[in-house]
Amino acid sequence: MAKSQIAMKVNGKTIDALVEPRTLLIHFLRDDQNITGPHIGCETSHCGACTVDLDGKSVKSCTVFAIQANGGDIRTIEGMANPDGTLHALQEGFREMHGLQCGFCTPGMIVRAYRLLQENKNPSEEEIRYGISGNLCRCTGYQNIVKAIQYAAAKLNGVAFQEAAE
Amino acid sequence: MNDMTPTSAERAAKLEGLGCKRKRVEDVRFIQGKGNYVDDIKLPGMLYGDFNRSPYAHARITKIDTTKAAAVPGVVAVLTAETLKTVNLAWMPTLAGDVQMVLADGKVLFQNQEVAFVIATDRYIAADAADLVEVEYEPLPVNVDPLKAMAPNAPVIREDIKDKTEGAHGKRKHYNHIFSWAAGDKAATDAAFAKADVSIREMIVYPRVHPCPLETCQCVASFDKIRGELTLYGTFQAPHVIRTVGSLISKIPEHKIHVIAPDIGGGFGNKVGAYSGYICSIVASIVTGVPVKWTEDRIENLSTTAFARDFYMDMEIAATKDGKVTAMRCYTIADHGAFDACANATKWPAGLFSIISGSYDFPTAHVLVDGVYTNKAPGGVAYRCSFRVTEAAYCIERAMDIMAQKLGMDAAEFRMKNLIRREQFPYTSAFGWQYDSGDYQTAMNKAIESVNYKKLRDEQKAKREAFKRGETRELMGIGVAFFTEIVGAGPSRACDILGIAMFDSAEIRIHPTGSGICRLGTKSQGQGHETTYAQIIASELGLAADNIMVEEGNTDTAPYGLGTYGSRSTPVSGAATAMACRKIKAKAQMIAAYMLEVHDDDLEWDVDRFRVKGNPERSKTMTELAWAAYHEVPPGMEPGLEAVDYYDPPNFTFPFGAYICVLDVDVDTGQVKVRRFYALDDCGTRINPMIIEGQIHGGLTEAFGIAMGQELHYDEDGNITTASFMDYFLPTAVETPHWETDWTTTPSPHHPIGAKGVGESPNVGGVPCFSNAVNDAFAFLGSTHIQMPHDHWRTWTAAEKLGLHG
Repeated sequence: MAKSQIAMKVNGKTIDALVEPRTLLIHFLRDDQNITGPHIGCETSHCGACTVDLDGKSVKSCTVFAIQANGGDIRTIEGMANPDGTLHALQEGFREMHGLQCGFCTPGMIVRAYRLLQENKNPSEEEIRYGISGNLCRCTGYQNIVKAIQYAAAKLNGVAFQEAAE
Repeated sequence: MNDMTPTSAERAAKLEGLGCKRKRVEDVRFIQGKGNYVDDIKLPGMLYGDFNRSPYAHARITKIDTTKAAAVPGVVAVLTAETLKTVNLAWMPTLAGDVQMVLADGKVLFQNQEVAFVIATDRYIAADAADLVEVEYEPLPVNVDPLKAMAPNAPVIREDIKDKTEGAHGKRKHYNHIFSWAAGDKAATDAAFAKADVSIREMIVYPRVHPCPLETCQCVASFDKIRGELTLYGTFQAPHVIRTVGSLISKIPEHKIHVIAPDIGGGFGNKVGAYSGYICSIVASIVTGVPVKWTEDRIENLSTTAFARDFYMDMEIAATKDGKVTAMRCYTIADHGAFDACANATKWPAGLFSIISGSYDFPTAHVLVDGVYTNKAPGGVAYRCSFRVTEAAYCIERAMDIMAQKLGMDAAEFRMKNLIRREQFPYTSAFGWQYDSGDYQTAMNKAIESVNYKKLRDEQKAKREAFKRGETRELMGIGVAFFTEIVGAGPSRACDILGIAMFDSAEIRIHPTGSGICRLGTKSQGQGHETTYAQIIASELGLAADNIMVEEGNTDTAPYGLGTYGSRSTPVSGAATAMACRKIKAKAQMIAAYMLEVHDDDLEWDVDRFRVKGNPERSKTMTELAWAAYHEVPPGMEPGLEAVDYYDPPNFTFPFGAYICVLDVDVDTGQVKVRRFYALDDCGTRINPMIIEGQIHGGLTEAFGIAMGQELHYDEDGNITTASFMDYFLPTAVETPHWETDWTTTPSPHHPIGAKGVGESPNVGGVPCFSNAVNDAFAFLGSTHIQMPHDHWRTWTAAEKLGLHG
């Protein structure tokens, strides 16, 4: 199949590549670019394991063609750490609050939560639950993921994190 | 000791051993996208495999033409049953003593069955070519109803064995019959029913559901023709079992098979079995001489690799009129699909289903299970439960509510009256299980008090009156469940898989500088083994958990083990870990005695060191002893500090719990809103409370999904109608309730550290608790049992049938 030239920024680095028009962004990232943080859990855009940030929006990269991301600016879990190499508040929050178990949904969940906190710096529990409802987790029951995001929000806002009473 | 020496308590805290909410070791890689899952593996020259699958649930295959598929540029080979026959692999043995087609041989027996396997240079080409395999079918009559499987004219599912009167588990009474399995005392039970004051009977159905981990099943097979060695990377909950089974069926010597299970994205039972994709990838790699990857998609996962439950339980309980249970009996039809590929301990075709007498003191009981073939996918697994325990717990807990209702007693009060009492432990059930330990009354009382149960019942009463007066359209339901599990399979006298006793193992090496590595036969799929096993070692050996590396999933380095499922890791491998530590500690004590020039018996253990009794300043820490083990062992002692332990548990463990759910049902929309869910678990000694709580949250969420919306549904033509996330309900963060967790601690008397296992309790106890709550909402209107799942439609229908819509 004829290939097309595309260029995009992924985690701050410019990538030039040839892709078939039908290549999905998730396969381009994982198979061609060895960016294996985003995962494939359903290929019908329900589970969100493949979530990446594309031009300031959370997208499910299993239902976007790589060619549609031409010229785009992408961030994956691999690009979440701070420029000095320390962990992002969300990464720290997920570990501190036990917001993951098997780890398969985690890259998509963190990247989604990143965009959520860009859009709403201090979300309520209800807003967090709604905001991550496009990302499925089979292990945690979400409660600790909500706490992890609250932890990160507090840290990014420079306030002390208060765990809600059980 | 001078003032600078930390106290025992301070030193113990630094170890991060038992009881510590230690942060997880594995998280560091997962939160940075650096996990290594099977689909992340890319080997040089690797090819991709994909299946052509049957659109029919039951059909004869009259022709398979692979010409067009093979002609697609990039296609390397196409396998069919005919190709596999040349290596004698068209069929494979199952763990349950049956055989199963690897690729359809002459006919297909369920929708999406594997018909041909295409191998190509990339996954897109493989998928294209799979569609181009031309198959001609002649449709056959279909049966997907297990209750009709043994009818005189039922379609013959398995022509290969239709005349066989003996199956793997005894006599077969029909060509679609697989096994009959009974337990308990039938005569005594029938006699008890004959003179019972009160009895109830209900058909309780636990629908077919799926474990559905977020990562599907996948593998990479890499056969080295020169060395004659196979390396198989895969999503395997039981890597050693895969190696042994792989060797037996491929005839590759077992020492030339290297099975590697890297990070696994959830398992819940789905990844115990051996599937066609693994076999085809192995054959494809042998044929092509290069690595072959197979990655299942979600539809394939939901419709072909594994299912769970599908039990139709005709349940009866007898009781005295003042509410003491006197007997129970249950006749069950179990739908095993087209092949009996259940992942059970081999001697137990219905698993540990005879735990069905639950937490109650039944004087006598009897169960009979008939397994049958239908045109559904094979591969029954214990989805987040020990084998068939969740079916049993659901059945007894529903039935106890129905009996309480008939007696006019409160559900909690009726349970309290019949719970096995503390002084009865160790307790032998009517089915012969010896429950190791329990304090059920304390747990039940704590649950009742924590939720203020009486106040809830008062509120419910008031709401029911208001409903009758037409002031509200909501019904309040309170669900109570008290469950007992049987986990930690298991004792070799009772449990084996294909003859291999279900022990498990741990091998620990302590390095000269006082750090170490522990390798095990189990395999984490999210349970946090790298964190928790190290905590056991920390407490046993007095070495900081951070200094212990835990490694699983490589059959070349790990001692033989039966893997992780059925909550067996902590009860079996956790015990092996503690026992291996004790061997190491015994040697360290001899070294300490030699160094301190005292007799072994003059030493006592103090957190992280041996000290001389009565002279605590004279001591040797475990770190010092590790160094000494490589440098100044006593004369005649061999150097080094390591041990391996194969642990054959003397008994199962019996975790238990008391759950209470409060919800409101809108009778006009069928919408159910969970207001509150309280879960008290007793898993014996608690290793890491943070991880325990996380497991309970996750298991409750899965239970919520099962009770409130999940079903692998087939239409009458055998089409599976719920094979994607569009149709198969997985709870999101929005629907998922808030969880309240609590605990009591009743250690197991036979486990070295008293631990019982916890990962599956919330699924086992959660499902009946939700279902009891929904049923309780309608109970005052005369309804006894509404089948799961309690989705909006079924709940609305229940209200409609009760005439609540005017």
